[in-house]
Amino acid sequence: MDELDRRIVNALQGGFPICERPFAAAAEGLGTDEATLIARLRAMREEGVLSRFGPLFKAEGLGGAVTLAAMAVPEERFEGVAALVNAHPEVAHNYARDHQWLNMWFVLATEDEARVGATIRAIEAETGLPVLNMPREAEYHVGLRLEA
Amino acid sequence: MDVTPGERALLAALADGLPLEPHPFAALGERLGLTEAQALDALRALRDRGVVRRFGVVVRHHELGYRANAMVVWDVPDAAVDAAGRALAAAPDVTLCYRRPRRLPDWPYNLFCMIHGRGRDAVLRAVERAAYAAGLAAVPREVLFSGKRFKQRGAVFGPARTGGAAWTNSTAAS
Repeated sequence: MDELDRRIVNALQGGFPICERPFAAAAEGLGTDEATLIARLRAMREEGVLSRFGPLFKAEGLGGAVTLAAMAVPEERFEGVAALVNAHPEVAHNYARDHQWLNMWFVLATEDEARVGATIRAIEAETGLPVLNMPREAEYHVGLRLEA
Repeated sequence: MDVTPGERALLAALADGLPLEPHPFAALGERLGLTEAQALDALRALRDRGVVRRFGVVVRHHELGYRANAMVVWDVPDAAVDAAGRALAAAPDVTLCYRRPRRLPDWPYNLFCMIHGRGRDAVLRAVERAAYAAGLAAVPREVLFSGKRFKQRGAVFGPARTGGAAWTNSTAAS
């Protein structure tokens, strides 16, 4: 990444114009031109720096339900339990986290609240382990910016 | 917030991202039988209603050099948690900040945030800075670094089933 790539990433995390020629409009603010901006974005997507260029959704706005859940999994069962959990299509991602006991953290994204509860009960039944369900009660707005 | 079948189709077409070409909304509309103006209007309406939060690049933290991330959890008195959450969200290294229910007796934490950094030490320093900035230095907290990522999928928009299935592209602390 060079200096222009960094400026592009930093500027376009915050927003992007919804207009006929958005890359031309965004390029102007970046001191470059439309063709260069498009070429740089394509290259960064190719390299994997950008996963994609598009909208970020609010799941609740689409009638979906999202929750953060966690389990205390014995170390020797970790891979097996991860496979059981991940087999559910409602599991959007699943991370191991360093903690004395609460070491598996996953996000459930489903079409409604009832589906969240049903998926948690299914995971508990399959693994024999309790799941802590910690849905979001409030969000505090962060201007997401990772300096490139 | 209800989403029409047409809007759902538009979001599904965007799940892989916007075409990187001079008239991206025309290209997008073409796939759906919409004119450029119709596609633009529909997206603006989704944005104005808050269904689409923002539009822009989605970066991969790891590829940008942010190799470490931690979920930091705090046990804040209920009466103070909203003010603390707003203050924490304003700290420069915090990328997500949510209030969640405690799960007593085992789990007393009600405020969660994500902090990304170029390494573990950088994350720990950022946690200290954020704690002081938000007035949370004396509040019980734990820092949970992420280990192996077992699964991550992007936005998935199923065809409308009963009521329509819709999922979000979200980060670890959604």
